[in-house]
Parts: sequence; structure tokens; C-alpha cells
Amino acid sequence: MSDTHAQTVSYVRETMLPQAEPPVGNRDALLWMRENLFSGWLNILLTLVSLYVIWWALAHTMPWVFRGIWNAGSLSECREIRDATLPEGISAACWAVLGDRWQQLMFGFYPRELYWRPVLALVIFLAAIAPVLFAHVPRRALWFTALSPFVMFWLLWGGSVWFPVSIAFGFVLGWAAWRALSGPAGTLVASIVAALLPIVYWLYTAGPLARELEQVLALGIEYVPSQDFGGFMLSFIIGIAGIILSLPLGILLALGRQSDLFIINKISVGFIEIIRGVPLIVWLFTASLLLNYFLPPGTNFDLMLRVIIMVTLFAAAYIAEVVRGGLAALPKGQYEGADSLGLSYWQSMRLIILPQALKISIPGIVNTFIGLFKDTTLVVFIGLLDPIGLSNAIRASTEWNGIYWELFVFIGLLFFICCFSMSRYSLYLEKKLQRGHN
Amino acid sequence: MKKSVLFGALTVTGLAAGATQAATLDDVKERGELNCGVVTGLAGFGAPDANGVWEGFDVSVCRAVAAAVLGDPTAVNFVPTTGQTRFTALASGEIDMLARNTTWTFSRDTDLKFDFAGVNYYDGQGFIVPTELGVSSAKDLDGATVCIQTGTTTELNLADFFRNNNISYEPVPVETNAEAQQQYLAGACDAYTTDASGLAATRATFENPGDHVILPEIISKEPLGPLVRHGDNEWGDIVRWTLNALIAAEEFGVTSANVNELASAPGTNPEVNRLLGTEGELGAMIGLENDWAKRAIAAGGNYGEIFEKNIGENTPIGLARGLNAQWTNGGLIYAPPFR
Repeated sequence: MSDTHAQTVSYVRETMLPQAEPPVGNRDALLWMRENLFSGWLNILLTLVSLYVIWWALAHTMPWVFRGIWNAGSLSECREIRDATLPEGISAACWAVLGDRWQQLMFGFYPRELYWRPVLALVIFLAAIAPVLFAHVPRRALWFTALSPFVMFWLLWGGSVWFPVSIAFGFVLGWAAWRALSGPAGTLVASIVAALLPIVYWLYTAGPLARELEQVLALGIEYVPSQDFGGFMLSFIIGIAGIILSLPLGILLALGRQSDLFIINKISVGFIEIIRGVPLIVWLFTASLLLNYFLPPGTNFDLMLRVIIMVTLFAAAYIAEVVRGGLAALPKGQYEGADSLGLSYWQSMRLIILPQALKISIPGIVNTFIGLFKDTTLVVFIGLLDPIGLSNAIRASTEWNGIYWELFVFIGLLFFICCFSMSRYSLYLEKKLQRGHN
Repeated sequence: MKKSVLFGALTVTGLAAGATQAATLDDVKERGELNCGVVTGLAGFGAPDANGVWEGFDVSVCRAVAAAVLGDPTAVNFVPTTGQTRFTALASGEIDMLARNTTWTFSRDTDLKFDFAGVNYYDGQGFIVPTELGVSSAKDLDGATVCIQTGTTTELNLADFFRNNNISYEPVPVETNAEAQQQYLAGACDAYTTDASGLAATRATFENPGDHVILPEIISKEPLGPLVRHGDNEWGDIVRWTLNALIAAEEFGVTSANVNELASAPGTNPEVNRLLGTEGELGAMIGLENDWAKRAIAAGGNYGEIFEKNIGENTPIGLARGLNAQWTNGGLIYAPPFR
């Protein structure tokens, strides 16, 4: 600052005026409302109409919801209570059905004294995906993640602990083969052996090995057959298994479709187009009906497992196309840059291409997952008792015959909670991975 | 060429599958459990209760067979089947028998290669209308809108009935019985048509059952019964005669209350004695112990008891015996002699 003007320009102000509050009508909620809701006669009209519609809808449903009756043994008892306590002609929800049957809607026919097992499995699942979802969890926790599918399987189905252990050992075997061979015999031989060895082991050795170990040291919890699974637990297991398995498979298919290798390319294209070109319900019918004819009689190939496989393949085809979109969106310079650094194909994919392509694909991938999770309700058509199937069964009991909306409201709410959290997580992930300049 | 080889191989596998499915009885005994296909949920006929225990009119047949074969009415693995999956489940051997309100028809018996073990419920298609419509006969329904479940035989029966009577109707297709109830109550259709037993069950759930009337016309024959696969007649005999044992027990007054007493020593009625195994060797003829029928009856009572407990007039479903009364009471329920 110079003093030159201090004398010459006497009217220049030297202090700032204190900030004043905006006028009452121009701040906070009022300003927001004026700008967003009442900024012109058309907007005023639309606002009023919308408010009326919202009020009308709530006025018709909320009393029904909040007047709901929670303590009754049957629908007719509900109606008696309603007639006794409310004036005539007023309707009220009969939430008592949820009190009576919520355990069935959540767990199906899973033995009641063992409910802690699926709950514990869910806790383990949430703990296991934390290191995958959130970067600030220590990386070492990924070991727990790798182990968790076997623990969850064991908790849900029970039986001998040696069965999941011997299955897990197959993965160790494959990894060991890869480590031993990738140096001396080359990558191609090592990958083929690492893929084939576990499969041979699972087919011929895993079962007997588990039985032998069981004889040496019997260690197990009560076995629960698949047909006791039902309700939300069933939707969850099918949905989560489908989501977890379909992502890696979908990425491989997307890479296969981009590949220059003729056979891999054509197999990927054929797989994606065939699976995607047929409705999911047809694949479910194939899983439940057609396979029965072709499998040798007496083979007990679990229906639930068949459904999980079909759902996984179906979702994988969609994921593959979503990821391919991400791959196509990358500029060619990224591929060429990776090549010019001398990275191998897998290195360039792992370090350069996929991180960017997957980031672009996040909304599409989560979209597919949400769709997959809701599509699990289609299993009702092949006789699995998911929440929708159970709502039918509940309605068929003499106590609750005739109940309708209460069950669907409850099921809808549960699905909404799951899907909404998935969608929120995808927003969080997008923000976190934001690397753009805007 | 390749294709035909593939399909050939598949066919051979399929045939092999059919051929090796004989001795169902041995399979069931070895497994210690009867795989019984049931409905996913139909009021009175089969549904799980709050504890997941299946109960109902059709379910009782499964329990009786399990009791006869294995001696334990709870040794049943209930496999819920839908209208689409039921026949494949049976044909492929996933279930040993199907007790799921299935109508006995020519093509199901012959073309689909099943054997119906008998009829446990004579049903027929009827109509329900609001009383205020003032209709007393289905023939007055000219021009009415009718709620109808798609993809069922009821749809075809309805078309036949209206064409025969030269009257017109407008179908309102619905998917399930529950949906039909909602549509009908909301006034989307003037009448709802399905099996009469279903109509009675549906009406029982209405807030004011008196405001609705089931019309007297029954426009189709729907004999419902348990069924098994072709090709294992021994197993078919067991299911057939277990059902007959329940029916005969009602005729001779053998109930779950007195069956143990009657089976403890030969009584005066020789047929009851043969049925309960105190006389003769009927059980051995079908490869079971001699007290097989006693066990089946003790499981849930005789035919009449099962009927009264699940769908009879004292239940919310409130079906009268009607055609399903014993032949001695003017009904069609009739068991061949145990001799």
C-alpha cells in the first residue's frame, strides 16, 4: 500500500461495512422454496398439485399402516380387533402376520435353534467384504476374505468341517502348482496345470480325503439340507453367490471378447450372446427341469446349486458387456502406452487397463447386481420358497388366508434396503475413484 | 450330423434314466425318507405352518404312505412343486409320488406316462358372484366379466361352457388365486371361476362371506388324486392301496382312536382283520409288514378324519362331503375289497 492516495482521495473508504443478514424472505428455507418451488405461476401451480397428490397418497396409506394391528393369531382375529377398536368402515393393516411368520420369511424352514448360523455367516460376509469395499481396512484382512466363503458355506450347510477344508485345499494345490511351474516350465504350461490339477483333485480325491479325515477326527456341526433354506436367506445366498462369482467371470469374458485369439474370442462371443439372448426364467427352468432328465438318476445335484450356477452365468454375460463398454471407452493410447512400457498382456490389464475400465463401468456393474438380486425372486416359479414363494405358502394356511398387501410391503421394504445400500455404495465408490479435472 | 449324435446321446441317457428307476420301494427304504411332491401352498390341501411343518389334505396322503412304508409319518421330505415343475419332478425321479391336487386326465395318465393311484377328492369348476348381482345360475352370466387363472384347464372349461350355452363373457386373466381374490373383491370382474374347493376356501377368507354366493353349476369334472411314474407297478400298488386303506377304514369305522385296539386282536369283521393285518398276509403281497395299513391309519386317521380335519365343515374352508362322501352315503368314495 502506498500513502499517495490517502491524502489525495479523501472519500475512499478504509473499513468494510459489517456483513448484514439477507432479508427474511431471501434466506435459508424460504429462499430455497421461492427459487425452487414458487418461482413463477406455472411452478406454483405444479407445486400445489404435487403437494396435493403426495398428501392424498399418504393420507390413504399412512393411517392404514399406523393403525395396523400387531397382536393377533389370525386374519379373522385381526378383523375382530379392528371392528372392536375402530369405527366401522376404517381399514387397518394386519401386521400380526409378520410377528407370526417373520422368522419363516427370513430363514425359511431353517431349524430354529440354529438361526445363529446364518446370522453369523452374514456377519462374516460383511466383515469379509470390508477390505474389498473400503481401502482403509488393512490389506492383510484380504486373507480372511479369501477364507470366508468356506467358513460361510460350512456355517450355512453344516456337516463335517473337512469337506470345505478339502475343497479349499484344491485352491492351495493350484496355487502351489503355479508357483512351482511358472519359473521352469513357462506361463502357459503353468496356467494349464494350475487349472487342471485342482479340478482332477476335486473330482477324484477331495471326497475320499474328506471322509478319511472325518474318520480320523470327527469334527462337524449339524447338517442342514438345502430344501430347508428359504425366505430372505435364500435370496441372499443366491444373490450374493451370483454377484461374487459373476464379476471375475464377467471380466474374463469381456477380455475374451476383446482378445485376438480366435477360439477364445468366438467362445466368449457365443457364450455371452446365447446366455444373454434367453430370458433368465428359461435358464431357471432348464436348471430345474431339463437337467433332471440328463443327469443319471440318483445323482443328487442340489437344485439350489444349479440355480446359483445359472444365475451366475446369466449375470456374468451382462457384466461382460458392461465391462466391454468400459474397455472400449479407454483411449487407444492407454493400450499402446502399456505396450511401450514392455508390460506383458496380464500386467498391462492388471495395472493399466482394468483399473480404468472398471472405474468407468461401476454404475453399470452395480446396476446389473441390483437387477440380479431382485431377479432371485424368479426362483418362485421352480418351486423354491423365496420370500414371494413363502408369502404364497403363508397365505395358504387357514389363519392367514386372504392376507395380501402386508406381506408384499414387508418383502418390498427388505429388498429396497438391500438395493438402496448397494446403490449408495456405488455412488461412494465413484466419488472416491474420481480422477477427473472437474 | 454332430447335432444328431448329441441328441442321440441325450436320448440314450434319458432312456437309461427311465429304465433304472424301478424298485422305488427299495430306494425309499434305503433312504429312510419318502420324497413327496406337494403344492407350494393351497389352503387346506397343503401348506407349511408357522413351524415349517407341512399339513393339509394332500399332505396327509404323503404321511400315510410314509407311515405304511417306513413306519414313521414324519419321514417325508416334502418337495414343493409348481404347476410347471410337478410332472418333470415326478418323471425324473426327483420325487417318489406326487400328491398335489392334480386332475386325473387321459393324457396325463397315458402320454405323460403316469399312473394315478386313485381319487382322493372329486372336484369341479364353479363360479362365485356377489349376491347383489342377483344371479342365481351360471347361465345368467351372459356378458359378464370373469376372472380366470391363465394356463389352467379351468380356462378351457370356461370357454366350452359359455359356447355350449350360447352366451358371451369377457375374461379377465389373472396369475394366481391370491391375485384373483384381490381383483374380484376390487370389482375388476363380476364373477370368479376356479375349482369349487378353491372357491369355498376363497370365500371363507372374505370379510363378509355372506355377500358372495357360489353358483350351483359345476361345469367340469376334476378328479384329484396322488400319482406315481409308469414302470414301477409295485410302488404304484403301495400308494393305491394305502389310499384305499384310508377309505376302507372310514367305511368300516376304523379311526385313529380305535385302530390300535382293533389291531391288537382279530375282531368280528374279517375284512377289518385282513386290513389291519390280524388275519391273512396282505402286507407281504405288497412287500410291506403286515401292520402297514394300521400304521397308515394311525398316522392321520381314516379318510373321513383327514377330510374333516383339513377341509371339512368345521374348518374355515368348510367343504361339505358331497361327492366325496362314502358310497354308502351317496358319494363316490369307494374302496375295492381287501381280500
